[in-house]
Amino acid sequence: MSRPAETKVIEIPSGSEERARAICAAHGNRPDELLEIFHDVQHELGFIPEPVVAVVANALNLSRADVYGVLSFYHDFRRAPAGRHVVKMCRAEACQAMHTGEVCAHAERRLGTPFGETSADGEFTLEAVYCLGNCARSPAMMIDGDLYGCVDKRRFDAIIASLDS
Amino acid sequence: MNKTTNKKRSEGATQPQGAARSEIGVRIFVPRDAAALSMGANAVAKAIAAEAQKRNAKIDIVRNGSRGMLWLEPLVEVETEKGRIAYGPVRASDVAGLFEAGFLKGARHALSHGPTEDIPYFKNQERLTFARCGLIDPLSIADYRAHGGFAGLTKAIAMEPADIVAQVTTSGLRGRGGAGFPTGIKWKTVLDTKAEQKYVCCNADEGDSGTFADRMLMEGDPFCLIEGMTIAGIAVGATRGYVYIRSEYPHAVATMREAIRVATEANWLGRTIQGSPYDFDLYVRVGAGAYICGEETSMLDSLEGKRGLVRYKPPLPAIEGLFGKPTVINNVLSLASVPIIIDKGGAYYRDFGVGRSRGTLAFQLAGNIKQGGLVEKAFGITARELIEGYGGGTASGRPVRAVQFGGPLGAYLPNSKLDTQMDYEAFAKEDAMVGHGGVVVFDDTVDMAKMARFAMEFCAIESCGKCTPCRIGSVRGVEVIDRIIADENREANIELLQDLCVTMTDGSLCAMGGLTPMPVMSALRHFPDDFHRPARAEAAE
Repeated sequence: MSRPAETKVIEIPSGSEERARAICAAHGNRPDELLEIFHDVQHELGFIPEPVVAVVANALNLSRADVYGVLSFYHDFRRAPAGRHVVKMCRAEACQAMHTGEVCAHAERRLGTPFGETSADGEFTLEAVYCLGNCARSPAMMIDGDLYGCVDKRRFDAIIASLDS
Repeated sequence: MNKTTNKKRSEGATQPQGAARSEIGVRIFVPRDAAALSMGANAVAKAIAAEAQKRNAKIDIVRNGSRGMLWLEPLVEVETEKGRIAYGPVRASDVAGLFEAGFLKGARHALSHGPTEDIPYFKNQERLTFARCGLIDPLSIADYRAHGGFAGLTKAIAMEPADIVAQVTTSGLRGRGGAGFPTGIKWKTVLDTKAEQKYVCCNADEGDSGTFADRMLMEGDPFCLIEGMTIAGIAVGATRGYVYIRSEYPHAVATMREAIRVATEANWLGRTIQGSPYDFDLYVRVGAGAYICGEETSMLDSLEGKRGLVRYKPPLPAIEGLFGKPTVINNVLSLASVPIIIDKGGAYYRDFGVGRSRGTLAFQLAGNIKQGGLVEKAFGITARELIEGYGGGTASGRPVRAVQFGGPLGAYLPNSKLDTQMDYEAFAKEDAMVGHGGVVVFDDTVDMAKMARFAMEFCAIESCGKCTPCRIGSVRGVEVIDRIIADENREANIELLQDLCVTMTDGSLCAMGGLTPMPVMSALRHFPDDFHRPARAEAAE
């Protein structure tokens, strides 16, 4: 999956390193809890800021390369902030059978961003996902953790319009 | 039959507050299953609570799992003297009308389907693993026990570990994750391997498109999985277990975590379970969006906090698994089938099914299908009975052209093959696989060359990168199919594609690269016309 272009300067949330250190400690500084640690960091800070890698490596007694390797392997972990809303559209087979491709193309136009990127106004990050487990109500999408089914273009627009209400 | 259920529900069971809760309140079931939520179940529950308050009606809302009739979700049930009456699909705007029509007494309404358990889709199923899913409050131990829960574990505690393994072997249970390896044999290997620490790992990284049974079970009957894992722990001598759940399933993650907390509090997990000498601790681990982590050895690396790279086998995980220790790795549904096997005996389970495919499978009807959902049936039903009988054909009303069985790594079969019996061997004969029971239906608008291309593309995106046939073969596969579609040297490129598929099948380290050729080759074999169309500019859509 493509990632946001990293040409922009990424602002590091203040206190990132202290928070990361505390999260590692809460997980007993155990290397096997690295994924859980990243999930927690991302939950708190919105993404995994670059300086966190060294902090985590130090706390878990791993090399920075190891930590970076894990960070870059998993699609979920972001190295730059996401938009205010994260829209994940399922592009897997069951949703394709219900023409998710059309809805995805519509989503790119409606949200003003291609897949894997964030709209210029910072409102929406659009991501492809391969199965949300809602295959009997395809096409499926998830916005900020909420799941939606039977998403055609009209329903997509209605859901987007209802987000901030 | 729910009358005996007491109301002692865990505080974790989410229920809209404000609804009058009294001993005589009418019990109304509004599913908390993610598929139901995706169609507005929370808004429906809220509307029902508000409407009841307005009318001063005494009700008690239970957030159950799904009964599996997903095309009717949100499926609201009202408990009456005549049993539970089903209404669906209910929208929040329907609620006032339902009250007006007298649905608290189970009255008729345009959305009424009569007693839930008389709906043919449900009635004709053989619910063994999913017997309680949708029936009970998923987080109520009392409800779980009132419906046969923990009967298997109670028996297991009194049994010799080897006898537990023997019952599982007798049942003929095979890995429900898709590979179909006999569960009893796997357990015996772990039991026979001496070690200070052993583990039970549940693979709940249900990443295959067209499958949602693991999710439904975890959201609708989480104690069943906990019970199955605990029995596995007792059987092989493991004291720690992990449930590895994909991050795309936040509802399942939350329900499992809460269920583990509730079960630990009630001493169905933890130290000296129910006064027995057995300890078993269970932990949830959340994946991070890598499909490959559904491969068991890749899952182990991920559980250890590493990149999800596939491991070489041998050593088998049963001998050197998590943290190098003997480890049982089973799919959610394999483990959730264990309680009933131990409670009723291996022979009871074995007597369902055909040939070497024993017991039941949770078929998942998905994609372009009118009545999508979960159908638990004994092996031996035909694909056509599932798709046309239960599913009612396509959602679009157009003819069924292709069906993919067993997830993204499974074969596409044409309509003419749908009378194939659903069992491991019959499908293998068709160069296909039953897999995890996923059935994804496509109508006649599908372009199978595009689907073959997608199979390669998906493999390229999700390959762990450890072995060359998978990492590079998938990328080359996309390129070759593009040339075939563009009618560049078509026949030579088709030959090249077939050759590439052989290399990937024979040379890949795991099923990702090894089975990606299955959808590709089946598309080529059964739908050759789609690879021989005049070259065209790819439509935008």
